[in-house]
Amino acid sequence: MNLFKYGILSVALTLSFSVFSGEAEDKGLAIAQEAKAIDLGWKDSSAVLEMILKNQHGETSTRKMRMKSIEQKGDGDKSLNIFDSPRDVKGTAFLSFSHPVGNDEQWLYLPALKRVKRISSRNKSGSFMGSEFSFEDLTSFEVDKYTYKYLRDELVDGDNCWVVVQYPVDKYSGYKKRIVWIDQSEHRIRKTDFYDRKDTLLKTLTMTKFHHINKAFWRPQILSMVNHQSGKSTVLNFSEYVLSTGLNEKDFNKNALKRAR
Amino acid sequence: MFKKFHHPTMFCLLGGIFFILPTMLSSVEANEFEVRGNFEVQGRFFHEDALFSSQHDQQLSLAASPEFFWRWNNGDDSFEFVPSARVDQYDEERTHVDIREFSWVHVGDDWETRIGIRREFWGVTEFQHLVDIINQSDSVEDVDNEDKLGQPMINLSLVRDWGIIDIYLLPYFRERTFAGAEGRPGIPFVNNNPLYESTDKEKHLDFAIRWAHTIDDFDLALSWFEGTSRNPNLIPSITNQGALELTPYHAQIKQLGVEFQASLESSLLKLEVIHNENNLEDYWALQGGIEYSQYGIFESNADLGWLVEYAWDERGTDSNSNFQNDLFFGNRLALNDIQSTEVLFGFSYDLDFNSTSVLVEASRRFGDSVKVSLDARFFESNEIQDPLYLFRRDDHIQITAQYYY
Repeated sequence: MNLFKYGILSVALTLSFSVFSGEAEDKGLAIAQEAKAIDLGWKDSSAVLEMILKNQHGETSTRKMRMKSIEQKGDGDKSLNIFDSPRDVKGTAFLSFSHPVGNDEQWLYLPALKRVKRISSRNKSGSFMGSEFSFEDLTSFEVDKYTYKYLRDELVDGDNCWVVVQYPVDKYSGYKKRIVWIDQSEHRIRKTDFYDRKDTLLKTLTMTKFHHINKAFWRPQILSMVNHQSGKSTVLNFSEYVLSTGLNEKDFNKNALKRAR
Repeated sequence: MFKKFHHPTMFCLLGGIFFILPTMLSSVEANEFEVRGNFEVQGRFFHEDALFSSQHDQQLSLAASPEFFWRWNNGDDSFEFVPSARVDQYDEERTHVDIREFSWVHVGDDWETRIGIRREFWGVTEFQHLVDIINQSDSVEDVDNEDKLGQPMINLSLVRDWGIIDIYLLPYFRERTFAGAEGRPGIPFVNNNPLYESTDKEKHLDFAIRWAHTIDDFDLALSWFEGTSRNPNLIPSITNQGALELTPYHAQIKQLGVEFQASLESSLLKLEVIHNENNLEDYWALQGGIEYSQYGIFESNADLGWLVEYAWDERGTDSNSNFQNDLFFGNRLALNDIQSTEVLFGFSYDLDFNSTSVLVEASRRFGDSVKVSLDARFFESNEIQDPLYLFRRDDHIQITAQYYY
């Protein structure tokens, strides 16, 4: 009997939820559009960062790299990452053209062989240089990459945030969904929970120490990713973050990849 | 023991360039000037008796490759100097010095000039690099011919919406390096005085041009080369002492190269085709296959790649290529751990000679600066016309420890 009652209850809940779900989706989408619109116009960026990897035994290893990006009108960003350490991978570089719909284009430069290698866009769920960040965690945010659903308002470090679920459109995403906490004052993502394909909580990313660069764009200095399933974690610590430095297209082609060092 | 380095002044000078200078300069922290590189200790261990009495069962060597780099004019100009040296316990041909890079690069808005000694890689496939023709192989470094000698060149690169065009003038030819009498694996009777079809010999001016472009998921390149063939024909003869000798002969060739890669989700389809025109026998050859990748296997960060390729050469068993009708299978496992542990397994099977060769390469980092690689190679060949036949007793394990600074 009880089972039957619960059955009715759950049907009722589902119905009531679906009545409001269109509204929640619209609100989720609107928040994403606003966040993207506010962050347009930074032109190009350049930063130095440390990547601190920590395994389940608490052992750490630090990698250093440089990241450059350029904004594209009506398309995803282009970016070039160059590794400075560990020293045996020094000079390894990674060029990526991200697209809102369709596959990203990615090339890897292997300095020992002087070889430029196109890599499979399906690698988006793969680990970025042994870290807990996957390739897709590091590509530019584009509104069309997800569908949305607003969940609730919640405080993060005393700031009021919208909590929104993002469902990846790409069937090759490593995630079923992401839940993001976006602060209502500045539209900054403060925290993201990543759910794997089986809809189990996989990772949490926390962004802290925001800097207001050129008094126009907020950028976090610390990105901390914790993998709940493996117990491993990765911290990205940015320094020398500059925007609108005058980089142009010639800094983001395959010739630029070959001379990156 | 180190025959080419018996002179003390020479030894000190080379020691300075390869060991002392780089470590002194690497402490200089400046954006405009940079030094890095590595030292290496390597041992090769063979488990069968050598085919030739001059060869040994164990062979040690030391190598160094510093890189000096200058950048100025806001990064639009740069200069790179990369010498490379190896001292081998027995093989006097493997004990050698080469300049891998000594070049000035100038970057304009949609063009770039690269002048000096350089290495340039073309191609998409993994088990053989058919299209790759600018540089000569430094085959004493390793039997896989992945190491290349520096090539003098003037290279103009033009970046256009419809692709990148590279034009090369190559004013000097580098002879292929071959193992000496005591080198193993090796053929201890290759003559060091190659023959050339051109009367200009190694001073023949070679020319190359390549167009490369990406259209969505497809990477395409077309290339044309005119000049001295990098891949010699080995001509047998009998010396005055009555011994067999192989003399490298370098023909003048015209070679068309086609590279194609389709990046379709988890699979990469790869194809390289060449057409070679020469005075002996024009031919077509191809290398193609598929690379399939699995990401995050065993619920971990590890990636596993599967490779299958096929090689064909129109000349068949008369070809001077080892790969005229060969099948290849490989696996690449990257654990994506802190130590960047990687294992590569490769297997090739010659469908004409029924010979096989197996390769295992494993590497791991220790601490921040030391990388250790363990390579194992096994050869199996029973037919005397098969180029692999001369390596049939050269199964070996190779351990390399590299220190990076």
